[in-house]
Amino acid sequence: MHLTVNGAEWELAIHPMKRLLDVLREDCGLTGTKEGCGEGECGACTVLVDDAPVCACLIPVAQVSDCRIITIEGLGDDHPLQRAFMDEVGAQCGSCTPGMIMAAVALGAKPSLQRIRTGLAGNLCRCTGYEAIYRAVRRAAQTSERGSNVESEIASP
Amino acid sequence: MTAAVGVSVPRKDGMGKATGHARYVDDLVFPGMLHARTIRTTIPCGRLTNARLDFDPAGFTIVDHRDIPASGRNVIALIENDQPCLVEREIRHVAEPVLLLAHEDREALCGARVELTEEPDEPLFDPARSPKLFKEILIEKGDAPRAMSRAARVVEGTYRTGHQEHVYIEPNGVIAVPEDDGITVYGSIQCPFYVHKALVALLGDSVSHVRVVQTETGGGFGGKEEYPSMISAHAALLALKAKRPVKLIYDREEDMLATTKRHPSVVTHRTGVRKDGRIVAMDVEVLLDGGAYVTLSPVVLSRGAIHAAGPYRCADTRIHARAVMTNTPPNGAFRGFGAPQTQFAMEVHMDRIAEALAMDPVRLRRLNALRPGDTTATGQTLGADCSAHEVLRTALRRSGFTRKRAEYKGTGRGIGLALFYHGSGFTGSGELKLASRAALEVTATGVRILTSSTEIGQGTRTMHAQIVADALGVPYETVEVAGPDTSLVPDSGPTVASRTCMVVGRILQRCAEELKAQLDGLTPQEYHKQHGPLRIEKQYEQPDWINWDDTTYRGDAYATYAWGCDVAEVELDPVTHEVRPLRLTSVVDIGKAIHPALARGQVEGGTAQGLGWALNEDVVMRHGAMANAQLTNYVIPTTLDTPQIDVVMLEHPYEGGPFGAKGLGELPIDGPAPAVVNAVRHLQRDIRAIPATPERIAEAACT
Amino acid sequence: MRGRVAELELRRPRSLREALDALRDDPELVPLAGATDLYVSLNFGTLEGRRFLDLWPLRILRRITEKDDVLSIGALATYTAMIRSRAVRTRLPMLVAASREVGGVQIQNRGTLGGNVANASPAADTLPVLAAVDATVVLASRAGERRVPITRFYTGYRATVKRSDELIAAIEIPRVEGEQYFRKVGTRAAQAISKVVMAAVRGATPRIALGSVAPTVVRLPQTEKALSDGAAIDDAVRLLESEIEPIDDVRSTAEYRRRVAGNLLRECFATRASA
Repeated sequence: MHLTVNGAEWELAIHPMKRLLDVLREDCGLTGTKEGCGEGECGACTVLVDDAPVCACLIPVAQVSDCRIITIEGLGDDHPLQRAFMDEVGAQCGSCTPGMIMAAVALGAKPSLQRIRTGLAGNLCRCTGYEAIYRAVRRAAQTSERGSNVESEIASP
Repeated sequence: MTAAVGVSVPRKDGMGKATGHARYVDDLVFPGMLHARTIRTTIPCGRLTNARLDFDPAGFTIVDHRDIPASGRNVIALIENDQPCLVEREIRHVAEPVLLLAHEDREALCGARVELTEEPDEPLFDPARSPKLFKEILIEKGDAPRAMSRAARVVEGTYRTGHQEHVYIEPNGVIAVPEDDGITVYGSIQCPFYVHKALVALLGDSVSHVRVVQTETGGGFGGKEEYPSMISAHAALLALKAKRPVKLIYDREEDMLATTKRHPSVVTHRTGVRKDGRIVAMDVEVLLDGGAYVTLSPVVLSRGAIHAAGPYRCADTRIHARAVMTNTPPNGAFRGFGAPQTQFAMEVHMDRIAEALAMDPVRLRRLNALRPGDTTATGQTLGADCSAHEVLRTALRRSGFTRKRAEYKGTGRGIGLALFYHGSGFTGSGELKLASRAALEVTATGVRILTSSTEIGQGTRTMHAQIVADALGVPYETVEVAGPDTSLVPDSGPTVASRTCMVVGRILQRCAEELKAQLDGLTPQEYHKQHGPLRIEKQYEQPDWINWDDTTYRGDAYATYAWGCDVAEVELDPVTHEVRPLRLTSVVDIGKAIHPALARGQVEGGTAQGLGWALNEDVVMRHGAMANAQLTNYVIPTTLDTPQIDVVMLEHPYEGGPFGAKGLGELPIDGPAPAVVNAVRHLQRDIRAIPATPERIAEAACT
Repeated sequence: MRGRVAELELRRPRSLREALDALRDDPELVPLAGATDLYVSLNFGTLEGRRFLDLWPLRILRRITEKDDVLSIGALATYTAMIRSRAVRTRLPMLVAASREVGGVQIQNRGTLGGNVANASPAADTLPVLAAVDATVVLASRAGERRVPITRFYTGYRATVKRSDELIAAIEIPRVEGEQYFRKVGTRAAQAISKVVMAAVRGATPRIALGSVAPTVVRLPQTEKALSDGAAIDDAVRLLESEIEPIDDVRSTAEYRRRVAGNLLRECFATRASA
């Protein structure tokens, strides 16, 4: 099975119905993507597949072997969203954070508050009450000069 | 040098949570590690007579109660030690643990079938009919029956709250690793020393040492206060038998089904009032459903009882509180710990009193709210930092309450308020008994903090470092925080009860003050270079004015209280009977906001959690088990369910807290539910139970 | 409880023809689209079938086209694709509304119309929309193509007339005359399963469909006729109540569902002129 994750190519001997979430965490060693429910309800496992946010816990890996997969690790260590989430306390316990950030990446440039609420409605947070997450997303939008071109979101390895 | 306290400094967590590099327990892998699974009972009451393995046991490690060492005990040590680690014969609730399995391959684990033979007995589900009392508390002040008989008017009411599930986004999980005749447990844990104590009791002399290490924890809210002792015990037994590391992580369904929840409550008020609204007598009956085992019910009951009279003064008060057994999974710690339940009742009752007297609910509160110098139900005299009136005044002004209360009439919008308080730290002599300790070490690069206080999202590492930095007069960047590892840190008590800042932070402040004296002008780095290492460790000192009697429940229940007032604005949809929160204004007095952004996060998050409890979160119990143990069916608020949460933080310092800080973590969850229900009452719906689901509101519209 | 992935098989046809051959040859093969329900069912213990046919790569099944009066939506069209489709937005805005509420953006990006139809949940959000506009299910097999009105597609709780050698190729929607109404009442504002969901086309001959109030999606022929004959709304509500059979479950109650369904009818037809 061939996978493209964060710009890197992987050749893996895995069951085609293994969940993408498990492949990322176990076979690729990318543990940044979290399992919060296994039902596609909490969004903690959100990754980008061809720029679209999806729940990795619901996807049989075979269905994405020709796709461009980006996980939280693919944003590097200092993406404006990452910095904003820490500075604005958009992350408290952090378990929803990787998925939340990946969904936020897909919001595009300078989203309105309503657009942020709608775009993040599939990501549950139990710690923040979401207010600081809105502050983080808006702050990142101000400091980032990048548009919604997700390709440019991948940090070079 | 700029101060760190009062500034939203960069957090000690670094970027790990946002980059995906922070390691939670399920991210860790140990060589030779096995996965584990728990086989559980399926009936709520009866006897287990057989457990048949319907699979090939090759490659499996299998543990039952007989594997518990003879020098230990089949118990999860907590308060009463009545809860077994593994079922022997008696079954007291659904999902009680019977067998533990471990295997290298998770798929093999899933495929293993075990057939349990269970003989059912008649289960008890109604707490009102329970024959088994876990704890009873009676608080008496003055002569409530006499004052009640002389009151101009008596208003009665019964109020109910349901279970609440924590839904930390990271479920419970641990990894147990056998190491040189001992055992180490890594895990998602709020109180490493609770786990330590429980493992020592379970394993006895069979291990030479026990070590517990907290891993990055994805939320707790009390759900990882006492429960981790159980899951750690299970993993440890498997690991010791297999002689290999064992990872035991619950999936969401198992976590919701089997672990602790908030105690459901039934609270009945009888309140005697004068015609002008002055409260002259209070009689409160509190009933908490403890589930099948005692766990922390006595302490939850204690806090609930003490807060049951609300932030009001009344010379003649009687509070009778009971926690009882039912054949359901044991309930346990959940943010607020009894106070949200009893204050829900009090605040909804206050609006009913206002209604009965045709009086403005604000005026009723103004007449009765506590002031500095007043005494509480336990006879505690409140200090200058009692700010009930100020939070009320500020919340009213900020929200435009009085104007909206009139304007909203007939518009389908309602506005309601709740006034509340929360005692900081353990009750009464609790802190004294805990005898918490904290330490500070000088290092080559600065200082290191050593406590068992855990970071679970609330900002422990950062806040402790800020306190030490300013108390010691060193740059915040040079203060390091050691991870809570029981082999390295002293027992600072559990990370609960809103005590991590006020109590443990204060011990650290005293350590820093003493260290400063010993450094005698040198920086820590200089001292380390010249003299080598230095460690200051201190223990909790109870303020000498605190007097508490555990048997009569009279005296100074808490060192101090934080105060809050919430105003909820809602819209009621006449087609669907759904309540849509429009805005929640929360004014809190927390003494001192050590890190304003983190503090605000606690208020916003606790408020959202309270809103969920009030409107969305319904634990549906069927035959003693949660029937909706999936996030699809147990719903917590999303970004589209939460309103704007407008927070104002006031600071009336408590001099016994570091830089004036009081407890903060739990206060915010006491207010939202009654505020929302009172807003719904403004819309002519008489709701006295939560969750106030559309189904219940539809019924209330009819009656 | 985690189900076992090792028991599952996935066949990956390279073309629709190969897919249809596979279905003909293996009656236990289950067509798989976005898989948003697969692991949920597997872990819950309700997954029927262990051998799956991956339709996801078959682009031919994603097409959304308009030909004459017929809007054809390929079975593999995702909710996101439907939300973005100019054709769907203009001709069937209530399908866009339903797609927006089916779940968060993550579910919208993977869930498909065909999947929603095949899954046959009584609470499915698109089915009342399709039923209210008399949509047609296009079933493809090696034996040929057949068309079944959606109102005759469901025979009972999670039961359809689809044969094991067939797959849903597309949903066809005729031109819709009249204002469209859609409302979903869920367990919360987003990412929710519906407690009651209603779609309707207003006009001289109103068409009304409801979900979550019976074992399958239902049309309300008596209510429709009454409204069309100019009945008072109170009478129409009474008829509605007789045409549905809601139940109590973990999410809601029969009583609530009944009342709210009636309220939705009132809301939908509130601006009707005359008695």
